[in-house]
Amino acid sequence: MAWTTPAASGPLDYPNRHYGNDHDRYEWSMLTDRPPLTWPEGDGLAVVVVVPLQFFPLNPTGRPVKVQGNMTMPYPDLRHYTLRDYGNRVGVHRVLSALDAASVVPTFAVNTRLFEREPLLRDRIVARGDEIMCHSWSMDTPHAGGLDEADERELVQRSVGRLRELTGAPVRGWLSPGKLNSPNTPDLIAAEGIEYFCDWVNDEVPYRWNVASGELWSMPLSTEISDTFTLIDNLHSEESWADQVCDAADLLHAEASEQGGRVLSLTLTPWLLGQPHRVKHLERVLDHVTALPGVWSTSASSVIDSARAQVSG
Amino acid sequence: MTESVETREGLDYYRPWPYDQRPRIEWPGGARIALWVAPNIEVYELNPPANAYRTPWPYPFPAVPGYSIRDYGNRVGHMRQMRLLDKYGIRGSISLSSALIDHHPEIIELCKEREWEFFSHGIYNTRYTYGLTEDQERSLIQDSIDSIRRATGEAPVGYLAPALSHSEQTIDLWAEAGGIYTCDLFHDDQPTPIDVRSGKPFVSIPYSLELNDTIAYVVNKVEPRRYGQMIKDAFDRLYAEGATSGTVMCIPTHNYQVSTPHRLRAFEEALEYITGHPDVWVTTGREIAEHYLANHYDAALASIDAVNGGPR
Repeated sequence: MAWTTPAASGPLDYPNRHYGNDHDRYEWSMLTDRPPLTWPEGDGLAVVVVVPLQFFPLNPTGRPVKVQGNMTMPYPDLRHYTLRDYGNRVGVHRVLSALDAASVVPTFAVNTRLFEREPLLRDRIVARGDEIMCHSWSMDTPHAGGLDEADERELVQRSVGRLRELTGAPVRGWLSPGKLNSPNTPDLIAAEGIEYFCDWVNDEVPYRWNVASGELWSMPLSTEISDTFTLIDNLHSEESWADQVCDAADLLHAEASEQGGRVLSLTLTPWLLGQPHRVKHLERVLDHVTALPGVWSTSASSVIDSARAQVSG
Repeated sequence: MTESVETREGLDYYRPWPYDQRPRIEWPGGARIALWVAPNIEVYELNPPANAYRTPWPYPFPAVPGYSIRDYGNRVGHMRQMRLLDKYGIRGSISLSSALIDHHPEIIELCKEREWEFFSHGIYNTRYTYGLTEDQERSLIQDSIDSIRRATGEAPVGYLAPALSHSEQTIDLWAEAGGIYTCDLFHDDQPTPIDVRSGKPFVSIPYSLELNDTIAYVVNKVEPRRYGQMIKDAFDRLYAEGATSGTVMCIPTHNYQVSTPHRLRAFEEALEYITGHPDVWVTTGREIAEHYLANHYDAALASIDAVNGGPR
């Protein structure tokens, strides 16, 4: 469906100045004006951990835009290629050990091309039985404005369809590389049976999108406390990242007990947090979060299913 | 843009006035320091018109990362920050994108109930002053005044130009439209008389860019707990100096920055610390400006003339 957000004819023309959002893809409402949500387990704080499994090609096109983490050196950029590959060889196992020790459930966001290239990793991940969502084809296939609609449709179909073949998983969720969208991304993923996406960081709980076909929900996945944003973009220390996540967990936990269900959503990037000097800070975070009473550690789709059942009645 | 624009070497809104050679400011109740918190409550357009001088979003339509976190501010963050200010007895002085009155009137009503101040921050934070003619900028300013008056029953008297985008006429136009103070100048820790072309009494009220959460978090990439410590440290110094001079401290915030779950605690600790002190006038930008104009403005002009060897 088209976006109804007409362009202004001049600097003092405001064609979208009316009640609600300046577009019609989802409804405007304040979180506190909605009926409180309750989760099927725990006292109100759901913890969703997204572990992205990413493939950064050695020869990226950088089109239509360049996503963070891609190659930066003249070809062949062995430095960044292998640092990213580190995550899929070493870091992921370190991160999963920490999650398993804390009994915290991961949801994997997978670049489909990675699972084509890495069957050993694919089989290990599939055997765990955790949720797998699609993270597009690779980190060099951003879904940004400028991408041709037919090309993007093919990209979505290939990424989702092939990932289902490779894993046997239903693949109900989507995370765009860099959380970028083209104008068509929500409709195109919904058309492939994707039920939720994690790209819009504008809420603390799931809410429903308006799409041309199917049914699409927005799943909260915080950028602000993601490891890449904190450690790479902001150059904060690992201690500070852990402090920030713990502070966020405490606040959302307290808010959930007063106002209804909340989601603490963490992105744990194996090539970053899986480094030997960083993983102990992840372990501190996991200890802190799991010590909060009534926390529900679960998959992204479980939160979506619960919210959908309550909101849709 | 290739057209040549006539520029000036410096500003002449104010004259030299050494910090330690000023008459003492007496705040109400004998307070040492006037504290105000200025939540910027903004609307950013998903599809703003292009501006030749500044690009609103770093990505083509739809610029999801920037738009969606700002949307978070109004959907989630506002209520969280408002409840915190309620808890510490602070009325916000809102820097308002006036289009929010149309888009999200629920927020306006909540702030009206609390007798918060509304001052103008333009129409949208994706509509810049850059490139406007003087008449266009006057229209933008008047639109924001009329919108706020219709929504709240009172015309705003303070201005923070949208997205801190200015022209050489911005402050003059605001004074001519009935404004009494500006937040756009960062040259001082006390109110300052401002020379506007109309000659109207007009002041600059300190609005700390250094403590502005967006500047701290986005530009300077400060860690949340350090931001809280910065606020406390600024307060300690201004509180000490205010015992003999009378100071102003402003904490400018954004509901999509300070209200996020990983940052609110540090902000709360700072507010708890500040409001735990006696002799703090917890007030609004408007009340500071009105008090200063009524009680200190004339003495300030005389002092400025004296240190500069006479009137300008």
